[in-house]
Amino acid sequence: MKKYSVFAIAREAMRAHKGWEEQWSSPEPKKEYDVIIIGAGGHGLGTAYYLAKEHGITNVAVLEKGWLGGGNTGRNTTIIRSNYLYDESAGIYDHALKLWDGLSQDLNYNVMYSARGVMMLAHNIHDIQVFKRHIHANRLNGIDNEWLTPEQAKEFCPPLNISKDARYPVLGAALQRRGGTARHDAVAWGYARGASARGVDIIQNCEVTGIKRGPNGEVAGVETARGFIGAKKVGVVAAGHTSVLMNMAGVRMPLESYPLQALVSEPVKPIVPCVVMSNTVHAYISQSDKGELVIGAGTDQYTSYSQTGGLHILEHTLDAICEMFPMFTRMKMLRSWGGIVDVTPDRSPILAKTPVKGLYVNCGWGTGGFKATPGSANVFAHTIARDEPHPINAPFTLERFRTGRLIDEAAAAAVAH
Amino acid sequence: MLLIHCPYCEEERPELEFRNAGEAHIARPANIVAESDEDFEKFFFIRANTKGLVYERWRHVHGCARFFNAVRDSVSDKFIMTYKAGEPKPKKLPGAGK
Repeated sequence: MKKYSVFAIAREAMRAHKGWEEQWSSPEPKKEYDVIIIGAGGHGLGTAYYLAKEHGITNVAVLEKGWLGGGNTGRNTTIIRSNYLYDESAGIYDHALKLWDGLSQDLNYNVMYSARGVMMLAHNIHDIQVFKRHIHANRLNGIDNEWLTPEQAKEFCPPLNISKDARYPVLGAALQRRGGTARHDAVAWGYARGASARGVDIIQNCEVTGIKRGPNGEVAGVETARGFIGAKKVGVVAAGHTSVLMNMAGVRMPLESYPLQALVSEPVKPIVPCVVMSNTVHAYISQSDKGELVIGAGTDQYTSYSQTGGLHILEHTLDAICEMFPMFTRMKMLRSWGGIVDVTPDRSPILAKTPVKGLYVNCGWGTGGFKATPGSANVFAHTIARDEPHPINAPFTLERFRTGRLIDEAAAAAVAH
Repeated sequence: MLLIHCPYCEEERPELEFRNAGEAHIARPANIVAESDEDFEKFFFIRANTKGLVYERWRHVHGCARFFNAVRDSVSDKFIMTYKAGEPKPKKLPGAGK
C-alpha cells in the first residue's frame, strides 16, 4: 500500500496521475480462511482491519452480497455522538468517539471526521428533564454534554427558529461539542484499504446462502454464490439481514428489520454549522461539505426489506424541518432513499458470541449504528480473536433477552423511531 | 404509503388509518408465571423477521379500531390478503401455486 501524503499528490501531479494504485484488491476466494466476516460495511470491514492490525489475524475474508459500503454505511446521515444515558452505552459509543478522533491518521485515509457539535433540542418540560438527566449521567461518565438556553442555541446555530410562537418552541438544548459528522463512504473505503493492505481478502458480489456446521455443531464454513468457503470462525455483520443469515445457522434473533429513510437537498452555501436533532418534532439535519442539507426521517411502522419507505414519512420530517428552520421552506429536495435497519427490543446492539461455536454476531444497531463504527469493529475483532468479549461489549450479549439484563436505551438514535 | 384492506370495513384505506401491531399468531402463554425464561424469551422477544411472506397484525385505529391479520411480502411490501383476528393462519394463499 502506497502511503497517501502531500508528496504523493505532488508526485502524481507530475505524471498525470498514472501512479495511483487500486485501494483494495479483489482476489478470488480461497478454499479456507481463519475468519470470515459476512458484510462489507463499515462495521464488517473495520472488524477485519482490527483483526489484522491488533490481533495479527490476516487470513480473513470479508464477503459482501452487493458492493462494498452499499448498505447502511452508505445510506445513513453520518451523525457521530456519544451522549448516551446508560453506562454500558456510554462505554461503547465513547470508545468509538475516541477512535473517530484519530481515525484519519490511523487509516492514512481522510474520513473527514468533523467535530462540529451535535445539538439536541428540547421543546417541552419532559425534554428538558430528560436532557438534563442525560447531561448529568454523561458528566459522571466523563462525556461532554452541556445545557444551552434558547438564545445560546441560536448563537450556536443561527438559522434556528427560537420564536415563542412556534408550534413547538425551543426551550433549550443539549450540546455535545465533540459530536459531529464524518464522510460515510470514506469510512468503508479507508477500512477496506487498510484491511486489504494487511492481507484481508475483500470479496464483493458474493452472497452467503448458507452457514455450514460440523459434526459437533460448530461452524465449518459458508455456502456462497461462489462456492463453499471454509472457516472455523464466522462473524455476521449484516445489519438488516442479520435474522436471515442467523437463521441459516439455526439461531433465531430478537430483531425486526424496518426501512429507515433519509434525504438530501440541493447544495447551498454553508448555513447549518452543526448537527441539530429534535426528538419531539422528529427531525435531524446537518449540512454536508458539498452543501447539501442531510435530513434523517423516521422508520416505517411495518417490517420490510424493501429499502424504500412511505412518502408520508418524509413529508412528516420536512414539516418538522420547516418548523425549526422556516427559511428552508423553499429548498428543493434532491433525492431520498431507504436502508433496512435491524432493531432490538431494547434498542441497544448485540455484539457477542452465539450459542453456535465459532459464530459471532454484531447487529441490532438499529437506527444509529454509523457513529459506533470504529468502536464496534474494534471490540468485535477482540471478541472473535480471543473468543471472549472485550469488557466494553461484554454487556451487549444475545442472552440478555433471556436473563432480563436489558440495556434499555429505548431511543438510541435520539429520536423515537 | 400502503393501501390496506380492512376485513371488517371491507374496503381499502390508506396506511395512515392503521397501526401495525407486529408479528401475528404468537400465542400468549396461558400461565405466564409458570413460563421458563427460555419460553418467555421466545414469546416476548424472538421474532421471525422473515424476508418474504410475513404474517402480521394491524389495527384499523382510525376506522373501526379492530385488530386483524395480514399476509404481506416484506420484499415488495405487497399485501397478499387480510383476514379477521382469531381466524387461523391461512393454509392456501390467493395467487399461490401459479
